[in-house]
Amino acid sequence: MILAILDAMLSGFAGGVHPPENKNTDECAIEVMPMPKRVYIPFSQHTGKPARPLVKKGDDVKIGMKIGEADGFISAAVHASISGKVVDIVDHAHPVIGSALCCIIEASDSEDWVKEVSAARDLGSLTGKQLIDAVKEAGIVGLGGAAFPSHVKLSPPKEKHIDTLIINGCECEPVLTADHRLMVEHAATVIEGARIFQKILDVPNLIFGIEDNKKDAIGLFKQEEVRVAALKTKYPQGAEKQLIKAILKREVPRGGLPMDVGCVVHNVGTCHAALMAVKFGKPLIDRVVTVAGDGVKENRNVLVRIGTPVNSVIDFCGGYTTQPEKVILGGPMMGIAQYSDAVPVIKGTSGILVWSGVRAVEEGPCVRCAACVDACPMGLMPTEICSFVKNKNIDMANAYGVLDCIECGCCAYVCPAAIPLVHYFKYGKSEIWRKSKT
Amino acid sequence: MEKVEDLKRLFVVSASPHIRSKHKTSMAMRIVTIALLPVLAYSTYLYGLRVLFITLISIIAAVCAEALLQRMLGKKITVADGSAVLTGLLLAYNLPPGVPWWLPAVGSAFAIIFAKQLFGGLGYNFINPALAGRAFLMASWPSLMTKEWLSPIGGTLSGIDGISAATPLSLLKNPANYGDPQVIIRQLNDFETIRNLFSGNIGGCIGETSVFFLLLGGLVLVFLKIVDYRIVLGYLGSFALLAWLLPTQGSVLFHLFSGGLILGAFFMATDWVTSPITKKGRWIFGIGCGIITIIIRIWGGYPEGVSYSILLMNVFTPLIDRLTKERIFGEQKKKGVKK
Repeated sequence: MILAILDAMLSGFAGGVHPPENKNTDECAIEVMPMPKRVYIPFSQHTGKPARPLVKKGDDVKIGMKIGEADGFISAAVHASISGKVVDIVDHAHPVIGSALCCIIEASDSEDWVKEVSAARDLGSLTGKQLIDAVKEAGIVGLGGAAFPSHVKLSPPKEKHIDTLIINGCECEPVLTADHRLMVEHAATVIEGARIFQKILDVPNLIFGIEDNKKDAIGLFKQEEVRVAALKTKYPQGAEKQLIKAILKREVPRGGLPMDVGCVVHNVGTCHAALMAVKFGKPLIDRVVTVAGDGVKENRNVLVRIGTPVNSVIDFCGGYTTQPEKVILGGPMMGIAQYSDAVPVIKGTSGILVWSGVRAVEEGPCVRCAACVDACPMGLMPTEICSFVKNKNIDMANAYGVLDCIECGCCAYVCPAAIPLVHYFKYGKSEIWRKSKT
Repeated sequence: MEKVEDLKRLFVVSASPHIRSKHKTSMAMRIVTIALLPVLAYSTYLYGLRVLFITLISIIAAVCAEALLQRMLGKKITVADGSAVLTGLLLAYNLPPGVPWWLPAVGSAFAIIFAKQLFGGLGYNFINPALAGRAFLMASWPSLMTKEWLSPIGGTLSGIDGISAATPLSLLKNPANYGDPQVIIRQLNDFETIRNLFSGNIGGCIGETSVFFLLLGGLVLVFLKIVDYRIVLGYLGSFALLAWLLPTQGSVLFHLFSGGLILGAFFMATDWVTSPITKKGRWIFGIGCGIITIIIRIWGGYPEGVSYSILLMNVFTPLIDRLTKERIFGEQKKKGVKK
C-alpha cells in the first residue's frame, strides 16, 4: 500500500502498470535496410484526411519526390521512399485501417534522389512560418504512434499561451527501443530538432522527458545542457497527458488538448525527422523500427523506408524462425495485431513484433477485484464501463467516461479474468461516434 | 486489394494489449486458501481433529453443491476456479468446533446454491456466500451455532482461569451471569486474557480465535495486493476508534482481538465480489463495517456483530460504487468549465 502511494508520487501520475520491459534490443545499433524491391505507400498514414495522389500509374519517381499532397490543414504529404516506377495506385492492406489506397512503386536499379540532399541550410535566417512550411512540406507527423500531423501541433491558436515544449523520449512500451537508439546515436540531431520546434513555438521552456531505464540517453542529453526530466519507469509514462502531469503537475482537462495547459508535446523521433527536413531538405521517407520477438531470427533496430512490406523487413532480419502466430505493429501494449505480413511499414510504425505462439485465454467472469480501477491512469472504472458496453448501454458507458479512455491497456493487462477490456472500449467509442453522426 | 497469394500467411489477430500479467482469478483464490491454512492447523491443535473433519465436510459440500447445481442447470462446471473451496473453508471458520457433522454441509450447500449460483455464480453474488451460509445457520439452528463451543487445549473457553461457561464476548455482554461483574471485566482486560486472545487460546469459531495466524496470512495478502488495505484499515481503524470512544467495558485491544473481527476484516469484508471497486468506496465500506460491528457489540442483541456488519455493507456496495465514482483525469472541480 505504501508502495502504491510512493509509486504514484515518484512517477507523477496515478495508476499504471509495470509489465516486463524485455528491451533486449537496447544495445542494437540502428542498421540501415537497403532499398526494398517494392514499396506500398498509403496515402493515409496520419490522423486527418488522406493525402491527394499527385502521381499516376506508369510515372517515374525519385526518392523524396512528393507523391501525395496534404489535403487540407489536418493532413500530411507523402513522399516516394524509393526510386522507380509507379506500378499501380490501388487499395492494399493497411496496418491500422485494414485497407487503404496505396501507391505501389517498383524499385529501379539505382537510388536516385529527386534532388541531392542539400548541404546544411542556415536555419537562423528562417522565420517560424518558413520553418513550419518546411515541416509540412516534408510530411512530418508524430512518430510516437498516433501520427498526428506535426505542423498542426506547431501552429497553436493565438489565444493559447504556450510556455513549455516537452519532448517525449519515454518509450514506455515494453520491447521497443527505436526511440532509445535514436536518442543515443543521434542526440545532437534530436536536440537541434527540438530547438527548432522551440523556436517555432516561441516558448521559454524545453524539457526532455525520458524514463530512467535509459540511463545512457539521460546522461548524453544532460551533457548537451538541455533540461531532462528523468521519469520513473512506469507504463504509460509516455502517454501525453500522463507525461505532462508527471513533468509539469498540470492536468489536461477532459476532452482538452495539451495546449489548454500551455504545453506542446513532440516525440524524439519527430524532432529528428523535422531537423532532417528543414536543415537538409530530406522529407519523411524512413523511420527506425524495432524488430523483435521469438518468431524472427535476428532482433534488431532497423531504419526502414516508409512503405516497405513487413515481410521484406523480416527477410532483412534473417526471416521467420517458424510459422509465426502473431505479428504486431507497435508495442505489445498498444500495437495492432496484423492478419498479414503484406502490410507496409508506415510513418507511425515503431515496432514489428513477431511471436511464434499465442496463449489463448478464455474470458472469465469479472470478480470485481478492482485491479483495473487501480491501474487505470485516467481514473476510469474499466469494469463498470465494460459491463455497460456489453449490455449495449452506450449512454451509460459515455457517462462513465469511455471517451476519456486512452486505450493504454493497463486494465486488460492486470485483469485476472482475462477480460479484453480495451476491445469493448473501442467498440463502445465507435458506437458513440456512430450515434452522434446519425 | 492484393492478390490472395500475397496474403497467404494469416496470423492471429486480437485487440491490444497483447501481453497480460500473470494474475489469475483461480490463482488468487488458491493464495487466499493457502493464507488461511496455518489458522486451520493451529485450530486443529487447539480443539482436536474434529475441526479438520468439520472443515473438510464444509469444503466438500460446497464443491459438490456447485458442481451438481451447474450440472443440473446445464452450465459449465467451474469448481476449478477455487472459489467454492474458499467459500466452504470460510464457512467452516465461522462455525463453533462442536457442531454436528451435517451442519457445515447444510450451510455450505445453502451458501453456494442460494447466495452464489442462483445469482449467476462467481462475480454476480451480492453478498458474501460464506456469511450468508452462516446467517442462515444462525437463524435456523441458533442453539447449535451459539453453544457448541470447545475449550482449547490447556485453556478455558473465556480465556480467564476458572470460567469455562462462555466465550469472551458473551462474558463481556452479560458478566453478571458468571460471577462478580467487576472482577470479570477487570480480568477480561488483563494482559493475560489479551495474550490468550492474541494466541487463540480461547473458545470460539474454528477460524476466528488465533489472531496471530490470521494476521500473518492477512498481512501477506495485503502485501500481495490480493486484499485491499483500505477496507482492512477502514474497518479496524474505525472500529478501534469507536471502541475507545463509546461506552464499553472492554478495552480497545480486547475488542480488536476478540470474536471474528480479524478474520472478518482481512478475509471476509475484503471479498472482491461483494466489496466496492472505487478507492473511496472501499474506505467507506471498511468504515461502515467498523461502525456497525461496534454498535452490535455494545447495543445489539448478539455478543458479536462482524458477520452482520459485513452482510449489511455488502448490500450497500452497489450504492457506494455509484456514489463514489472515481475522479476522471482532467475532470474540473468547478461546474461549467469544460465537459
